[in-house]
Amino acid sequence: MTEWAQRLENPLSSRLRDPATSGYAGLLLGAFAAFLAIPPIQTRTVTWPIVVGIVAAVLGIWTAARGRRRLGIGAVVTGVVGIGLGILATRSGVGNLNAAFNASLIAQMFAFSTPLVFGAIAGMFSERSGVVNIGLEGMMLMGAFWGVYGADKGGTWVVGLAVGAGTGALLALVYAYFAIHLRADQIVGGTAVNFLALGITGYFFFQLYHGNYVSQGVSTIPNFRIPFVADMHFLGPAIGNLNLMIWAGWALVIGSYVVVFKTPIGLRIRACGEHPRAADTVGINVYGVRYGAVVLSGILAALGGVYLSDGFGGGAFNDNMTAGRGFIALAAMIFGNWRPFGAFGAALLFGFSSALALRLQVYSASASTLFNVLPYVLTLIAVAGVIGRTVPPAADGKPYRKQ
Amino acid sequence: MTTDVNEPSETPEEAAETGTLAARIALKQRAGGIVVPVMTALLAFLIGGFVVLATGHNPLLAYRDIFNGAGLNWVFHPTTNVANTAAYNLSQTLLQTTTLILCGLAVAFAFRCGMFNIGGQGQYFIGLYVANWLGYDFAGMNPVPHILLAVGAATLAGALWAGIAGFLKAAVGAHEVISTIMLNWIAIWIGEWVFGDGGPLQNAANKTVPISNDVADSAKLPVFWGQQELQGLHVGFFVALAALVVFWLILSRTTLGYEVRAVGFNPEAAAYGGINVKKNLFRAMAISGAFAGLAGALDMTGYLYHYGQSDIPVSSVGFLGIAVALLGRNTAVGTGLGAILFGALLFGTTHGLSSNVIQPELAGNLTYIIQGLVVLFVGADVLILYVWNTRRKLRPRARARTKAAAA
Repeated sequence: MTEWAQRLENPLSSRLRDPATSGYAGLLLGAFAAFLAIPPIQTRTVTWPIVVGIVAAVLGIWTAARGRRRLGIGAVVTGVVGIGLGILATRSGVGNLNAAFNASLIAQMFAFSTPLVFGAIAGMFSERSGVVNIGLEGMMLMGAFWGVYGADKGGTWVVGLAVGAGTGALLALVYAYFAIHLRADQIVGGTAVNFLALGITGYFFFQLYHGNYVSQGVSTIPNFRIPFVADMHFLGPAIGNLNLMIWAGWALVIGSYVVVFKTPIGLRIRACGEHPRAADTVGINVYGVRYGAVVLSGILAALGGVYLSDGFGGGAFNDNMTAGRGFIALAAMIFGNWRPFGAFGAALLFGFSSALALRLQVYSASASTLFNVLPYVLTLIAVAGVIGRTVPPAADGKPYRKQ
Repeated sequence: MTTDVNEPSETPEEAAETGTLAARIALKQRAGGIVVPVMTALLAFLIGGFVVLATGHNPLLAYRDIFNGAGLNWVFHPTTNVANTAAYNLSQTLLQTTTLILCGLAVAFAFRCGMFNIGGQGQYFIGLYVANWLGYDFAGMNPVPHILLAVGAATLAGALWAGIAGFLKAAVGAHEVISTIMLNWIAIWIGEWVFGDGGPLQNAANKTVPISNDVADSAKLPVFWGQQELQGLHVGFFVALAALVVFWLILSRTTLGYEVRAVGFNPEAAAYGGINVKKNLFRAMAISGAFAGLAGALDMTGYLYHYGQSDIPVSSVGFLGIAVALLGRNTAVGTGLGAILFGALLFGTTHGLSSNVIQPELAGNLTYIIQGLVVLFVGADVLILYVWNTRRKLRPRARARTKAAAA
């Protein structure tokens, strides 16, 4: 064997022998077991979900036996749950299944997950710089109301985006001043931000619109229609005609990954979040970086809010519109381990469970609740460290004192 | 544990800033007595007043209306007759105060152990659900054991709910803020489920309405001021007052309280002194949850009697408890006073408001703004330290005297 071949071969084969590979394969197969029984594949026999689920569980056991116990147990559980869901799906009517699981479920998953994507990336920037941002919910709510206000008064959704982002930035600036300069407790400050935003948006919603806002005539964020894909069989309704902000959200994930992990700016942000004293010593302006990150966080969270009201909501706002989405975004960020793609994956998962919950409401209220509550339970499990630990930046939440 | 990124500091102020939550709170409690909270509240009301002014209303008249709406003008013409508007409004304000005292204590107790219990709302809901369930299901029992059963079990349920967060904190170091936020939302969705269509607590009579059954008469708390049909003030008010005393007794007169506070000040030092830190984190969280669960139980058996899906997103008493506790500096007396202030705001801005200077919808949101500002200002150590230091400079003699006494 030549040296070249060794170089090519070794990483691959060692990766295949790694217990992690069989573990993740088990997880995927477990999910696939349930997926087999729903459209578009929709097998009507219980055999296939059971076979695939058992393979997943066996892979899980094999993984656990080779040392990756948590991953292995996770794969076993996924396999068993996959079998259960698969059997449930094969037992329920074809009509119900087709109504619940179709291409528009995917479009809905993206629509539900987009505010979470913006919120989670927003939180990531703030926390990577060392400032905990519990106030995501409030910043998102500001964007939701003032975005519609801007679109209404300014005549176009572009103004709405700008006004929404501006108010989010303003609220973030107030929070940043308290958290960074006054060294207030960041959790207390973030809680205050949430109350403030709830009061401000509610107050002005009633003052300016008397609390009953009609969406007619407000310029809304348009959809982006992909010429050929939009007419295709499954892809068309799934991704052919999505809102502009959904695409912007995906670009944001990639962009923020590049910024945070591949540029000097990202290095500075992370340095301030991991060891501000060291960052200060090498000449990084810790306060400046943190201000920038928190304000950026406010802008992004508010953009998620604008999408919620002026995109997803069709130009209508209602009191406390975010209804906890800021907190789910926070959960997605934690679940994604303070990383852009991790947060994106968690946001998709949580968006999917919300979309599914909406559809299941017709058939079973309790199943619907189950999927609504899933993000919170999963996050609780994640912080409990049952399946792998989540590790926040070392100086997250600690005020920094200049010397 | 994360590594300490700040170097050892010299002054007590610096030490407190980088220390635990409770250590910082303790510093604030030494700083400035009652002056700082009063100033904080005044500043919040002032800024709220500017918002009112900027939107074309007279803030002074608006605040007067809220004052009267809360029934605080009762002190000028005291009467026990609830046909009098001021007396009725005051009874309603005290009804809200009852809940807020307990929700405030739920936040305050955890704070004294160095934890931030942001999950009072969820613990309150759990107490509410359990009280509703037992209050309805055991109809026909003797009133006294029935009330004790419903309230006791609901309190325990609240304690267990918060105990999950305490356990996770103690066992694996999961941050209590994140876990209590998640538990809040899980509690909210449990409520959506139990009161929703086909849910276990949905009323038996009308299966199309997502509202619970009324608790049985035997589980209703006696009303001592006003009439039961008109939401009179129930005896739970005295329970809440007693809870203030219990809170003070536990913290300052028992070993448990000593250990809780020691862990709050400095967990490492407490562990070195032989205190089981993990046990105390769990206990403090559970006791916190018990207060919030009790709040839910008293509300359910005291005046709500039933609850519905649509009531869940409207309720914010658990979060108001944060403002109450912080403004009251996590002390018994302070929490009581803070609860009266926010109870008055809560009722005075909504149902009690009778004139047309400011609409209840605006005033209700003004409460949130003031609440937000209070929490924002209270959270800022430097602001408070600045005030404290100014005060110290103004009174050098008093300081010298304390030093002489200490020596």
